[in-house]
This record gives sequence, structure tokens and C-alpha cells, in this order.
Amino acid sequence: MARRHERALNEVLTRAEHRRAIGGGAASLAGIALFIGLATAALLAFGSGGTMPSILGDPYIHRVLRFTLLQASLSTILSVALAIPVARSLARQRRFPGRIWIVRLMAVPMGLPVLIGALGLIGVWGRQGILNSFLQSAGLSEPVSIYGLSGILLAHVFFNLPLASRLILAGLDRIPGEYWLMASGLGMRPLSVFRFIEWPVIRRLLPGIAGLIFMLCATSFTLVLVLGGGPAATTIEVAIYQSLRFDFDPERAVALALLQITVTGLILAAMALFPAPDDHGLTSGKPIRRLDGHSPAARGADSLVLVAAVAFVATPLLFVAVAGMKADLLKLLGEPVFHQAALTSLVIALSAGTLAVLMAAAIVNARMALDASRRAGLGQRGFMAALSGASSLVLLVPPVVLGTGWFLLLRPVGDVTRFAPFLIIAINALMALPFVVRVLAPAMEVNRTRIGRLAASLGVTGFARLRLVDWPALRKPLQMAFSFAMALSLGDLGAMALFGSNDLMTLPWLLFSRLGSYRTSDADGLALILGLVCLALTVAGASGHHREDGDAHERR
Amino acid sequence: MLTKDGDGIVMKDVRLRLGSKDFDFHCTLPKAAITAVAGPSGSGKSTLLNLIAGFETPDSGTVLIDGVDMAGLHPSERPISLIFQDNNLFAHLDIFTNVGLGISPSLKLSQTDRQRVCTALQRVGLGGFEKRMPGTLSGGERQRAAFARALVRQRPVLLLDEPFAALDPDLRASMADLLLELHRESGNTIVMVTHDADELRRLANHAVYVDQGRIAIAAPLNEFIRVRELADVDGKCSRQD
Repeated sequence: MARRHERALNEVLTRAEHRRAIGGGAASLAGIALFIGLATAALLAFGSGGTMPSILGDPYIHRVLRFTLLQASLSTILSVALAIPVARSLARQRRFPGRIWIVRLMAVPMGLPVLIGALGLIGVWGRQGILNSFLQSAGLSEPVSIYGLSGILLAHVFFNLPLASRLILAGLDRIPGEYWLMASGLGMRPLSVFRFIEWPVIRRLLPGIAGLIFMLCATSFTLVLVLGGGPAATTIEVAIYQSLRFDFDPERAVALALLQITVTGLILAAMALFPAPDDHGLTSGKPIRRLDGHSPAARGADSLVLVAAVAFVATPLLFVAVAGMKADLLKLLGEPVFHQAALTSLVIALSAGTLAVLMAAAIVNARMALDASRRAGLGQRGFMAALSGASSLVLLVPPVVLGTGWFLLLRPVGDVTRFAPFLIIAINALMALPFVVRVLAPAMEVNRTRIGRLAASLGVTGFARLRLVDWPALRKPLQMAFSFAMALSLGDLGAMALFGSNDLMTLPWLLFSRLGSYRTSDADGLALILGLVCLALTVAGASGHHREDGDAHERR
Repeated sequence: MLTKDGDGIVMKDVRLRLGSKDFDFHCTLPKAAITAVAGPSGSGKSTLLNLIAGFETPDSGTVLIDGVDMAGLHPSERPISLIFQDNNLFAHLDIFTNVGLGISPSLKLSQTDRQRVCTALQRVGLGGFEKRMPGTLSGGERQRAAFARALVRQRPVLLLDEPFAALDPDLRASMADLLLELHRESGNTIVMVTHDADELRRLANHAVYVDQGRIAIAAPLNEFIRVRELADVDGKCSRQD
């Protein structure tokens, strides 16, 4: 019986289709492996020169490693600990005014170029920022510093608290609706509800969420570049960049890059032990009734939490908007350097987005083709594992490390800047790959199970199948993945920082150099423009997202 | 006594608007009886239960249980226990804890309370299941555990929302027998939503038919069956027109 079932699934793909799927996947995989492998090999070859041990004993590198892990740990703890009350309040107050907008606001930092977030945070929390000016006028000396460890923590919390809140909220919303009815039927107090219902769910999510955030913070580049600096507040990523671009010390860069790969490898291995968090199904079909949120005490506490969270996340965004409006936008838009940067950014983002989507589609397609033929030999199973691991491979070697490898590789060939655009496109595409796969895989799988057999029985294959069957069903997820990949590439500074020059200027790089030359008004204007573009792309991406905002339709 | 004996749950012109749906319930569900609630899906059977339980607040009208106005009373303050079709147990807590929460929602249990939990589990045929997790139990066993919790709560009214719908037919029969036994021992008032005509006949001694948010029929079982059969014939005749 099981055998028959297997065959039925097999016959969904014609032999040619099967071959094409496997071929496409293999080609993508080979491309990825080659690009990452060559860079890593270059690093290793350079590192085996014998100077490595002495460099790894370098107290500077120790300090950098210690700081990287310290700030990542603290950022993770703070983000997650603060996200729990926010998610809990959002989950409990189904009818809070503007609730759905708060949930959406929590998605904004994810789509925002990091540099812009940093700019907004400096505007609110910085030395001349809104908060400190207010405190000073109230007679207090500056108690908040945006630079150094406290600033890095603040910024990491700004970016990751909303992410954690959304992931926890999704977990809480997956709790069966009967639980809440039972809890109020049994007369559970909020403390009991937390202890017996909410906490067990949150606890299961925590390892995955914390791992993800730790990973993001440990490889954080832009924020540390802007807010940190100096040996006392430098992460491995930033130290690589400084070694390569300022100190011209490739040996140290290589040692740091290998250290970074070791660190991310360890984190990834630890994360593999826990289920990955996802924010799919932010709502179930049935409305959720939370009577425990109706008491005045609960309402009051939740309102306080939500107002604080919104203020924390929204003020830097508002600052970017207001400061950007004050800048001479028309003059900025008319500058040739802006045109050039915008064009470069657009070309890079379009190419990177296309490349990421094509690679991801090929990988998912091959994975499904392999999945359908269950009588897989060892080779096929290995290939399958490699396909699934491709996204992790990308995470293992962060952009700056990849860039360092390719820098070493291409240096003997000639001027590295000549290759820079292609490297940046490839690195940006790889950065986006894990996200794109996560968007495309479920959509493509659903499409396959829903209409795969029907298409096969009608004999619709090849281009006709693509045009008639797959494209209409997959257009939305493809668009979504594409615009998300573009937003990611548009906002990227990591790959750019290594290769950027006056000849190769992208919008974030222009923004960064304006910031460096204290032309803050220009920087503010650029931040607003770039931020709006990325936000628009993210919104375009999210609009197709699985009914994430379904609670808007909650009754009454 | 404020009400005549026999008036368990009284709904007086209970109106509610949910989205585009209107509900208007006016009925009496007799004390110490088993009342079945039937009707097409989406007609408002669960809303009826939610109004009695206090999960929905009526826009107007009164719900009385044993003569006491339920207005403003939190679900836990009403003399009610509930059993749903599914998810009656917290999946991450063992059976003992799940039943124990019926006595104290913060799980502050005395020695006597603990004994009561074990006795209730034995009564429903789950003796020795205290440390088991809900996931390791069959659907029928999980519903038995939910019965045990209703037992320790000792509330005079038990509301069931299609409690056996997820179970196999023969399991349904034995669960129905258990429910009947427990009902005879405690003399509680039971209101049960059901789709199953056999179940209705076997268990109920009173029945209401909900249609488009209104009570179309509310009658003792025999009369209910007679009216429904007529209605079915009517329905078929009119459909043939």
C-alpha cells in the first residue's frame, strides 16, 4: 500500500522534469558551494602561513572575541526578556486600539536598513538627542550614552525586541482557543495563566528565538561600526573590516575571519538542536477570546507595556522621518552623486534579488523532486541534506568574512574594485537566500501537493505548466521573496564596506560617508529616502504573507 | 426559591449581535435534566453555550441560573463546568495537574484535594493515570479526564459542546453511558450541543432546536422528536415544490 502511494507521487513529475529539477538544484548548490568554498579556502591557505598561532594569542583578538560574545549575550537576554511582556500584552489585548498597527510596527525594524535604525537611535538617544536634551533641561547630566556597549545593546534591542515579540506572539496565538476559555472558566488569575499556559509555550520557543538573536548580534556589523569602535567596543566583524581597510593587516583579518566562522559554526550547531522559530499563522481561523485581559488591572498593565514598546520602537523611526523632512530633499535628489548611488543600488539590488530567487527556487524544486522519489540511495540523501544545509552554509560565513576571502583571492589577479559589483551582488544574494527559501519553500510545496497531480494527469508540462499552473499560484510568494531580497540588498552596508569606493557608491555607502563627514542633514535626507524605499518593498513583501493580520477581522 | 422547581437555566430575551449575525434566545432549560441542543452548523448553538457560560455578554436580556441573575459574573463565578469537543486538557501538564486545576486554579491543593483528584480519576476509569501526559492518552481517555475535572468542580451545571464528536461511534456510546451515570449520581443540570440523533435520543430528556440564532423548538424529548420529524417531512415536501 505504501509502495503504491510512493509510485503515485513519483509519477507527478515526468522524467525530464525530474532531471531538470535535480540539475537546477545541483547547479545552484555548486555555485553557492564554490563561491563560499573558494573564499574559505583562500582564508585557510593564507592562514596556514604560520603566523596564525601568534595572532590567535594576540590580546587584541581576545578582547574582540570577548566583547563580541558579551554584547551578543546581553543583547539576547535583554531583547527576549523585554519581548515576553510585550508579546503577552499583545496576545491578551485582542481589542487594544490600533493593535494590528502595533503588530505591524514590530515588523518594521526587520525591514529597515540597519544604518537608518542607527541614525534614528542616535537622534533619540544620542548626545544631542531628544532624550538627553530633555534630561539636561530637567537639570540632569547626560545619563544615557548611545556609544559603546550601552549603545550597541540599545540598538540590538531596538532591532530584536520586535522580532522576538512577533515570534512569541505567534506562539501564543497558536495556543488552542479552548485553553483561554478553560482558564477563565476555572477562574485562573493572571499569574496562574502565565504559569500554566503562557510560560510553557514561551519556554519551548525561547531556545530557537534566543539562538537566532544571538546569531544576529554576534555577526552584527553596521551597528557596531557606527555605535562602537575602538578596541573596547569592537566585534569580530568590525575588526575584520578595520584590519583590512585601515590597518592593511590581512593576516589579522584572516585570523579574525576564521575565528568568526568558528563562532558562527558553534552557534549554528547549538541552534540545530532546537526547533526553528517561525511567525507563520499569526492567527488561527477562530477568533481568540481572552477574558483574562478584560480586568482593569490587566488592561492597565498591558496598556503601559504596549505604550512603552511603541514609544521605544516608533521614536527613532519618527526621528528619521522628521529629520529627513527637514533636509533639503529636492537638492539631494538633484545631486549627480545621488543619481549614481541610486542607480548602482538599484542595479545591485535587482540583480541580487533575481539571483537569490532563482537559486532558492532551484533549490526548493530539487528538494521536492528528491522528496518525491523516496527510494533514494545514499548519494541522493546526501544531496538532499546538502540542499537543506545550503541556507545554513550562508549563515556560517558572514558577508564581511566572504568579502575578505574574495579580497585575498582576487588581489593577485588585479584591481579588486573591478570585481566589486559582482562580489557585492553575489554576497547580497547569498545573504537573502535563507529568507527567500523560507518564503518560497512552503508556497511551492503547497502548490505541488495541491495541483501537481492534476497537472500531471492532464499532461501539462514544461513551459505550459510554468505559465498556466505554477506562475499564477506562485507569483505572489515569488514577488514577496524578491522584494524582501531587494530590500535586504538595498540596505546592506557589510559587503559594501569592504569594496566601496568613490567609483562604486551605493545609497547606504553614500549615507555612511555623509555621516562620517558630518553632513548630517544630507544623511537625514538620504535615510528617509532609503528607509521609505525599503519599507515599501517590505510592505509589498508582507502583504502576501499568510493572513498574518487576520486578527483585524476579529469579531466586533 | 425564587423560581419554580424545574427552572434550571432561564434565558429571557437574550440578544446579541456578533458581526452580521443576530442572536435572540428565549428559553428555559430544566433543572437536573439533560438538555440537548441541536441545529444546523452556524445556527448559534455554541453562542448559546457561550452566553450561559459567560464568554459572551448579552447586549440585552437576562440569563438566570437557579434563579440567580448571571449579569456581571465572571465565567469562573458561575455555577458551571465546561467540556469542549477538543483541547480540554492543557497538553503540557499531566493529568493530575489538569484535574487539580479544577479545584484550585493556582494549584494550591491540600491532602484532601489530592485525594479527591485521584478518586475522581478512578471514578472515570483513569485510576493510575495521574502522571501521564494528555498526548499519551486516547481521545476517549482525554474526555474522561475532562469529566474527572468536572466531577471535582462540583458545579450544578455542566455545559458540553459536542463532547464526543471527535470519538469513534462505539466509544461514543460508552462515554454517553458514563455521562449518564455521573448525571444520575450528582443530579446536575446538563446542556449538551450534539449533532448525533442517536446520542440525543439516548441521553437527553429535553431538547432545543436552534435555527438562525433563534430557539425554534424547546420541548421534552418525545415532543421534540415528533415535531422534528414533522419539520423534516415539511422540509422535504417544500423542497420538492
